[in-house]
Amino acid sequence: MASSNQTVLQFTPSPTSLTAKVHPLVMFNICDCFVRRPDQAERVIGTLLGSVLPDGTVDIRNCYAVALDIDYHHNMLSSHLKVNPKEVIVGWFSTGFGVTGGSALIHEFYAREVPNPVHLTVDTGFSSGEASIKAFVSVSLSLGDQQLAAQFQEIPLDLRLIEAESVGFDVLKTTMVDKLPNDLEGMETSMERLLALIDDIYKYVDDVVEGRVAPDNNIGRFISDTVASIPKISPAAFDRLVNDSLQDQLLLLYLSSITRTQLSLAEKLNTAAQIL
Amino acid sequence: MKESEGRSVDDLVARVRSCGQANGKVVPSPRDRQSFETAAAVVVVRIRWFSLFFVGTTTAIMATSMARSFLQVASTEEVAPKLRVVQIEGLVILKIIKHCKEFSPALVTGQLLGLDVGSDLEVTNCFPFPTRDEEEEIEADGANYQLEMMRCLREVNVDNNTVGWYQSTLLGSFQTVELIETFMNYQENIRRCVCIIYDPSKSNQGVLALKALKLSDSFMELYRSNNFIGEKLREKNLSWMDIFEEIPIKVSNSALISAFMTELEADTPMTQCDFDRLQLSTTPFMERNVEFLIECMDDLSMEQQKFQFYYRNLSRQQAQQQAWLQKRRADNMARKAAGEELLPEEDPSNPVFKPIPEPSRLDSFLITNQIANYCNQINGVAGQSFSKLYLMKALNES
Repeated sequence: MASSNQTVLQFTPSPTSLTAKVHPLVMFNICDCFVRRPDQAERVIGTLLGSVLPDGTVDIRNCYAVALDIDYHHNMLSSHLKVNPKEVIVGWFSTGFGVTGGSALIHEFYAREVPNPVHLTVDTGFSSGEASIKAFVSVSLSLGDQQLAAQFQEIPLDLRLIEAESVGFDVLKTTMVDKLPNDLEGMETSMERLLALIDDIYKYVDDVVEGRVAPDNNIGRFISDTVASIPKISPAAFDRLVNDSLQDQLLLLYLSSITRTQLSLAEKLNTAAQIL
Repeated sequence: MKESEGRSVDDLVARVRSCGQANGKVVPSPRDRQSFETAAAVVVVRIRWFSLFFVGTTTAIMATSMARSFLQVASTEEVAPKLRVVQIEGLVILKIIKHCKEFSPALVTGQLLGLDVGSDLEVTNCFPFPTRDEEEEIEADGANYQLEMMRCLREVNVDNNTVGWYQSTLLGSFQTVELIETFMNYQENIRRCVCIIYDPSKSNQGVLALKALKLSDSFMELYRSNNFIGEKLREKNLSWMDIFEEIPIKVSNSALISAFMTELEADTPMTQCDFDRLQLSTTPFMERNVEFLIECMDDLSMEQQKFQFYYRNLSRQQAQQQAWLQKRRADNMARKAAGEELLPEEDPSNPVFKPIPEPSRLDSFLITNQIANYCNQINGVAGQSFSKLYLMKALNES
């Protein structure tokens, strides 16, 4: 490494291919904090909580805003730990585009709380014209024994938001939803989507067969894989399967209806007619 | 007012008199006169009543036409408009789901913060409660935690007003006496509160199982008087369906989050939600549902037995009372014949007349509610399964 007679500008060993994953709650919370920021504040900062998964991914699962006060930070942390001791500090967030000058100081503070914190920036001003959410880790730059600067290195960020998907983006992306979809309505939209997909594939296959679209082997392979994944059952066996399930469901429906009838009957008997 | 009223009454009396005279009647006899005067007095009283009523309405009309004073505003605020909609922020939904899912199958609770605006209740934030251990000082600890959390959230400008609480449930089995007790506790401090119930077990099927509940007013009144006997329930016309009221939920998001979500939404046509919904296997869910249903049925039949026991005792007691009364009457007849003093036909000290307390109907109401809930769930899932089965059949055939 650094030899005695020669000073070399050196990086401390860079963390091995770190990635981060964000829970949609974190996004919502940061945006909410930003909307509720004090009058004069231009940006909001806060602590990120979560855990480091066995494969080295930093799983950011929760966060809270910090009003630039160490006491506040500690109070909030202990409150959060009471609820979920498994969620520890993994880094900090700040609104705004990318890393700014003051970031290094705050980062240093968090580095004392946890080794190698993640710095998440959320561009609430959409200054680049699109939603830019970035994660950084800091690499310290030193000359000999002297600490020169901290370099922020961007790390890949997984923004797939599976949890938001299972709630439904329809509910989360509009500013006002008058009614939550009920079971059957949700089923209907899902079926419509499935139908649209099947139509798309039909169209694509037809187009390829007719020679309107250049065939793509990858897509073809995907389609054949999908078709092959459907288990091969003889029509008779399939009918039997479907009918059996239908019968089961019907039986359950019958049971629940008869129970309900009994209930209303029991209620009438219990409260309406009392011979005294 | 009074003077003119008195005058008008005098006037009326005079007119009636003149009427009588004009009809060719002689001056009323003293007796007639007396009755006439009482009649006039009745008229006076009636007119007073009427004028009072009139004065009342005119002042009311005047008050509404004038600008309302603070006092009036304060007094009218007592009758808050009925709660129609609970408006929840997407943030709160995600927070609730995260907390409930992480600890599932353990049941957890948390507090809802927000604003009470007219007929809407806005839930803008929430925080989870730590899970309770079986320790003694936990009660004070919990209160401390709550205060600390609220103080901290206030510092970052979060609405600092409790509007209710949320809790997770297993297959919708939330209708318990504890829930009602918590409700009554909250209700004492906050005028309007809701309970949001989330069912993590249902979310595996792609259903957003969020429900906002409150207790109905008539039920709360009855619960306060702790009077769940058949007669009272009949009087109030309260059935098991009227315990909880479900309030429609609206979801709101800030424009900022809406922009981010639109931007971040993956452009794949199918989402996790759709995959969950199209899952064919519903058997484990149904199995547990039916299991719970059976348990509830057992409980209900226990309750029914209690009532049968009560009625049997009641009719036995009535028979005993009748027998005692007949014996007493026969005795009295004999005494009458012998010229002795009659015995009273009632004897409160006799154990036969001691009223048997009627068992409370609350439990059976709650169990009935629970059963109805399971039936609904079974119906819902069965309905979905039908659609899925037919879809599968169609796909297989095509």
